[in-house]
Amino acid sequence: MAAVDDLQFEEFADTATSLAANADATTISIEDPGETPKRQSGPSRGSGREEDDELLGNDDSDKTELLAGQKKSSPFWTFEYYQTFFDVDTYQVFDRIKGSLLPIPGKNFVRLYIRSNPDLYGPFWICATLVFAIAISGNLSNFLIHLGEKTYHYVPEFRKVSIAATVIYAYAWLVPLALWGFLVWRNSKVMNIVSYSFLEIVCVYGYSLFIYIPTAILWIIPQKAVRWILVMIALGISGSVLAMTFWPAVREDNRRVALATIVTIVLLHMLLSVGCLAYFFDAPEMDHLPPGTAAPNQTVIAAKYS
Amino acid sequence: MAEAAESPGDPGTATPRPLFAGLSDISISQDIPVEGEITIPMRSRIREFDSSTLNESVQNTIMRDLKAVGKKFMHVLYPRKSNTLLRDWDLWGPLILCVTLALMLQRGSVDSEKDGGPQFAEVFVIVWFGAVTITLNSKLLGGNISFFQSLCVLGYCILPLTVAMLVCRLVLLAEQGPINFMVRLFVVILMFAWSIVASTAFLADSQPPNRKALAVYPVFLFYFVISWMILTFTP
Repeated sequence: MAAVDDLQFEEFADTATSLAANADATTISIEDPGETPKRQSGPSRGSGREEDDELLGNDDSDKTELLAGQKKSSPFWTFEYYQTFFDVDTYQVFDRIKGSLLPIPGKNFVRLYIRSNPDLYGPFWICATLVFAIAISGNLSNFLIHLGEKTYHYVPEFRKVSIAATVIYAYAWLVPLALWGFLVWRNSKVMNIVSYSFLEIVCVYGYSLFIYIPTAILWIIPQKAVRWILVMIALGISGSVLAMTFWPAVREDNRRVALATIVTIVLLHMLLSVGCLAYFFDAPEMDHLPPGTAAPNQTVIAAKYS
Repeated sequence: MAEAAESPGDPGTATPRPLFAGLSDISISQDIPVEGEITIPMRSRIREFDSSTLNESVQNTIMRDLKAVGKKFMHVLYPRKSNTLLRDWDLWGPLILCVTLALMLQRGSVDSEKDGGPQFAEVFVIVWFGAVTITLNSKLLGGNISFFQSLCVLGYCILPLTVAMLVCRLVLLAEQGPINFMVRLFVVILMFAWSIVASTAFLADSQPPNRKALAVYPVFLFYFVISWMILTFTP
């Protein structure tokens, strides 16, 4: 009978579906206040929560949709704001380093690896490692080059560490700033499809400097030819990463401006590596003397001092 | 009633019963004093404890702090997974170690014109700013260790490297040469490994598991730089 059906207990479906049927129903949601600001970080929070918020017509969920590209929801004077820049796992950092070492033509570093999650961990610590790698390798290589000389007194040259730090950190932050400003200016004139945020540019530059760490260590080898080959290889790899990243950003522009931009980027990169090689690593002049003339000089000097 | 009503206006004729006269008999008894010293019923033992650390001799205070520092030194030298270093952190040990290291590493004033080793201030700044940077890094990555606890652990784990510095200084008194250098290299590498093991034993648990390597690498770099400064020290 109909009465029996009316008296049947009504199963309340999931909140989502029942609200989908009756969107105007008033609902009470008890949310843990601590979880709300963390909703956007950590994809493992559970997508069910986001569905509920969307159907509840929560204002924050609308903002979540719009702010999907920028997840900095905390004000800049809180600690959580800066934590969003370090939201990377170990494997992600390794993937990004791998991507900077193996530039695949056609694959954009930013699109492929960064994917709107720029981090500051990579750029900062790669630059720190590079500073110490260059200073230590320079010191070691100078020591090895002047090893036989009796007049050479070894000094650790600690002052060069601060110079290296200034140069590398200035390069890793000021050049992206200038490039970002330039791209923003061109964007206002010519509509580009691809545009990068400042942090993404800093990220690309930071990770592209990674190749110079093994290069600096290999620069200890006191052969000029070897050093210049290393410069070329490193410049080729990191320059191509940068060029392939920024070519889509300037492609729609005037041909000459686009080419000039890319050439400037690569030129500045080359300037950095050649400058570091010239300043921190002494030229290995001894190896250029032919062995015939060198040997009697050395034996004479050895006889004098023994 | 009538008497009471008339009593204010007529003081002389009748003896007016004072208001609240009966209360004095009821509430205030002669036995309970209302004047005199007020003693708060506290345990006298607490007051003794409070004044004991204030009135104790200076030697007791210093010895207590030194014993705490010494206990932590033992924990660093034999690193086990214990919470002592983290729970009662103090910065005396790191300060002593850093000052000792910087005093031994600074170059003399003789060859200060040449580009030599680091000055006292440079070593001091490197150690403290390096420790602060590593602490900030681990906090930004989501670690749940407090700022000063991390500084405490990093500072105390410089102890093996300070010992290495002492040994190197002694070895350098002997004649220079490749054997001298190999001995120093071996000692520094051993102490560097010891520092890394000790600090990761204390710090690794405070990091989220998928970011442990990201938090440990700066510690590695920090101790590597200090080891390099120790190894390249020339008197």
